[in-house]
Amino acid sequence: MNLGFFAFCVFSTIAIFGALSVVLKKNPVSSAFALVMVFFAFAGLYALIGAHLIAALQILVYTGAIMVLFVFVIMLLNQDTPVNDLKESSGLFKGVAALALAGLAMILIHTVLRAQDIVAVGQLTEEKITAQGGNLRVVSEALFSDHVFHFELTSFLLLGAIVSTVALAKRKTALGGES
Amino acid sequence: MIPELQPWMLLIVAMIVFTIGLLGVIVRKNLLIMLMSIELMLNSVNLCFVAFSRIHHLVEGDLTALFVMTVAAAESAVGLGLVIALFRTLRTVDSDQIQMLRD
Repeated sequence: MNLGFFAFCVFSTIAIFGALSVVLKKNPVSSAFALVMVFFAFAGLYALIGAHLIAALQILVYTGAIMVLFVFVIMLLNQDTPVNDLKESSGLFKGVAALALAGLAMILIHTVLRAQDIVAVGQLTEEKITAQGGNLRVVSEALFSDHVFHFELTSFLLLGAIVSTVALAKRKTALGGES
Repeated sequence: MIPELQPWMLLIVAMIVFTIGLLGVIVRKNLLIMLMSIELMLNSVNLCFVAFSRIHHLVEGDLTALFVMTVAAAESAVGLGLVIALFRTLRTVDSDQIQMLRD
């Protein structure tokens, strides 16, 4: 019995059905909890493939931070459940959309099938990563040596995000000044 | 006969989830659900990066996934701030109701 493939089947089924219920559920709260399920399934997939750092960060960042933000905003807006949320469109538009979707699906399937006979360009095979101290160590060393400049740049991105979010969420008073 | 788990199998999952996320952005009118669908797409792209990193025996895909996560966190913070600001002026999160430029 191959446990890795079995776990892959379980996690991918959870991910796909969770993603479908994110899109199709009418209530935003149900969508948010389906999204949590998808994030956990993705963390499982990362762990299966050996990306342990990404799996841990997926749970910390996505289910820990981003989902809390989403649930807070849903709570803050306190809206009633919309009855007919789906967009209505004409028959011609639906035909064009179906054609575009078929084209996109063909391109994606072609790419996935071609990925089976890619020749590896790097040297870091599974055994070599284990010999060098595991995925976490290898990724961290690459992040803080070759790519440290990009890592520092993300701090500017986060600072900009914080400043712009505060500026957006600031409530204007009736006199025109900001409080 | 059960096959061994190969990295390219994750690409199929990523493909399906990306298409579902794109569908969500196109089909739904609720801005919150549209943002969640964007998160779905970003996640599936992350999965692609990690899978290709394994296929190529490189570590750069993992790093790119890390940076995508940072961008996703910033994007969702700013996006939700925008949704709140919009809700304050229009009292709705329906994307079809945003037509102030039209009238």
